[in-house]
Amino acid sequence: MTLKLVFLGRLEDAAGEPERDVIHASSYAQVLAGLETDLVAALADPRVKLAVNGEIVGDRNGLVLADGDELAFLPPVSGG
Amino acid sequence: MATSWLFCLQLVVAELACDVRLLAEPFVPGTLVGHFTNAHPGLGGVCTFVGEVRCDEAVEALELRHYELLTLTGMTALADSALARFDLMGVMIVHRHGVMLPGEPIVLVAAAARHRRDAIQAVDFAMDHLKSESWFWKREKVGGLWRWIEPREQDFADLARWG
Repeated sequence: MTLKLVFLGRLEDAAGEPERDVIHASSYAQVLAGLETDLVAALADPRVKLAVNGEIVGDRNGLVLADGDELAFLPPVSGG
Repeated sequence: MATSWLFCLQLVVAELACDVRLLAEPFVPGTLVGHFTNAHPGLGGVCTFVGEVRCDEAVEALELRHYELLTLTGMTALADSALARFDLMGVMIVHRHGVMLPGEPIVLVAAAARHRRDAIQAVDFAMDHLKSESWFWKREKVGGLWRWIEPREQDFADLARWG
């Protein structure tokens, strides 16, 4: 029972790795509770978006996560 | 029956009109534009923009990261919205990811249309959206150290022009 967390852009530096598997938790608050304080602070930036299985999530607190879900944390983009 | 046939035809036309690629290896813009132009006989004009890694300052390399579940899907949606917004015969969006050296192409946008204004505006529109709304993260290597690049205010101002 796991969740996959993906850290894009500069969040990779905050997490120390581009992705990690964590033990499954059904709520977003429980996922954050298992992470380092510095990383949680970086993820709390209002410009950071969250995608679950490739869909952008509006209401994080309403999430009910399933086993195997992929959560991607997306900081401001800079392409082109 | 006739409706589903028409629907299939529309899908095929949309497929031909959009050429969207996310590449891990260097590409030759001229070759791609040549094929793109040949794919749209009868066009009035083709507008092309190519963005490259600048050869200035102390930048040794540039890296673009993407996210498998979002980036290519988002590029395709952007191509579709350019087709819907402007009177085009076709649009091509090609974007690199991975590590690039100065002088290497990063991005290519081309639009073919009956009339030039639509082609030019579609390329401008697509580039503004690629810069500040597509799922890419850029970092550059200076003095042997990598640093992430934040979007610029100008990029958001450019995007706002399209409403």
